[in-house]
Amino acid sequence: MRFMTIVKTRETNIQPSPELIERINQVAADASGQGKFVGMGGLGTTAQGARARLSKGKITVTDGPFTEAKEVIGGYAIFDVASKKEALEWTRRFLEAHIGLWEQDLEVEVRQMMDDPSQGC
Amino acid sequence: MTPPRAADAIDAVWRIESARLIAGLARIVGDVGLAEDLAQDALVIALEQWPDAGIPDNPGAWLMATAKHRAIDHVRRRKMQDTKHEHLGREMDERQLNPEDALAESLDDEVGDNLLSLIFTACHPVLTTEARVALTLRLLGGLTTDEIARGFLVPKATIQQRIVRAKRTLAAAHVPFDVPRGTALAARLESVLEVIYLIFNEGYSATAGQDWVRPALCDDALRLGRILAELAADQPEVHGLVALMELQASRIRARVTPSGEPILLLQQDRGRWDHLLIGRGLAALQRAEAPGGGYGPYGLQAAIAACHARARTAEETDWTQIVALYDALAQLTSSPVVELNRAVALGMAFGPAAGLELVDSLKDEPALAGYHLLPSVRGDLLAKLGRFEEARAEFARAAAMTQNARERALLEKKGESL
Repeated sequence: MRFMTIVKTRETNIQPSPELIERINQVAADASGQGKFVGMGGLGTTAQGARARLSKGKITVTDGPFTEAKEVIGGYAIFDVASKKEALEWTRRFLEAHIGLWEQDLEVEVRQMMDDPSQGC
Repeated sequence: MTPPRAADAIDAVWRIESARLIAGLARIVGDVGLAEDLAQDALVIALEQWPDAGIPDNPGAWLMATAKHRAIDHVRRRKMQDTKHEHLGREMDERQLNPEDALAESLDDEVGDNLLSLIFTACHPVLTTEARVALTLRLLGGLTTDEIARGFLVPKATIQQRIVRAKRTLAAAHVPFDVPRGTALAARLESVLEVIYLIFNEGYSATAGQDWVRPALCDDALRLGRILAELAADQPEVHGLVALMELQASRIRARVTPSGEPILLLQQDRGRWDHLLIGRGLAALQRAEAPGGGYGPYGLQAAIAACHARARTAEETDWTQIVALYDALAQLTSSPVVELNRAVALGMAFGPAAGLELVDSLKDEPALAGYHLLPSVRGDLLAKLGRFEEARAEFARAAAMTQNARERALLEKKGESL
């Protein structure tokens, strides 16, 4: 089963410290060493992004930043594990890596991906 | 986030930590059976303590520390017993005599080496293939006996027996807990790859039962392969196997109907292939080439799978290339099953008559007696040549031979539709 874990946080200009990045990479390396890591990525600021929207048959595009949003998606990681429980455990480790190194609240949404091979049968 | 339920969390921690834990302990006590018992003891203690005390900050380290205390106790006790009974002639690993040294040593960055040793031990040739499969899933995959039993559709007690016996056999044969070096490595690696691919295949085309595929087993095999690819990155065939499994797994979703009937490769909706896995498979294939050029048997099979993965439609398939790859594979393996596949490719590249000629030369091959794909392939080629009467008889023969209900239905339908 593949799970996408989506990291949400209040948007600030604070960059993660090299130490934090190293700790996060360690979690990724641990998962990778068990054949359970698919990939991860951090996202740039919403100021660099845009929103495209379909409503009532009309497409509109709005440039960032998304000032009205309380929380924005800051990054994601994809794990390939046997159960949701295990996806949650990797998420716990990911959050734990931030303790003492990241001031903002973090929320991770753990979602099973529907394009998983095991969904097909 | 509310704290996850303790039992769930312990289960997840076990899945993640058990292999490393058992490998580290086996390094200290030199016996994987005992190492697993010690790891299980630590798990039992965790199950008792964590629901009240809470989950420790670093659950893996907690389990390791707890198990190591028991390991050291055990080694000390054994040492005393051995001295008492004057079994001094018995050969003992120097490390076992100095548990503290062993502890310090195993704290070094030897995790990879320990895991690799565990894989090689679980797949040791002294064990039967069935025992290797069960032990590998149990020790490396962190699967419960129940899960393994479900995967292979055998009673739980059978798997339990297999694992107990396997541990006993390893201990009795004094199989060293190590990574084989030099000339022994190639043969031992072959056994490891065979076990992983067997697990994958049991998931990919279940030989028995109601379901044609059991994807959980494919996933377990893929994870084992990826672990091995990190630990033995200098072995081209490891990457060949991983490439083969990733590419085959990319088609799992497309190869069964929602009601579970098989869909054959050329009829599959390629839009449903998993492009993430195809990407991973093609990347692994690049690493599968031997330093001097060329592929081993797994690399060649992966290269064939890659030909299919690269073709956007079935009509675009480069059959001539596939025939060439099967030629190389047939030379390496001289396996009748490979010849049969080569016949299919020949039929696609150069017409059904060319394929049939090769199939007919395999008719009396003892290794293919009772193999349902022989009449099935012959039936396909005969049907393409318009020899429907003979084709029907072949499909009926094939249907009678297969153990898998889904596949039988497919073969019967093929015969009837002619």
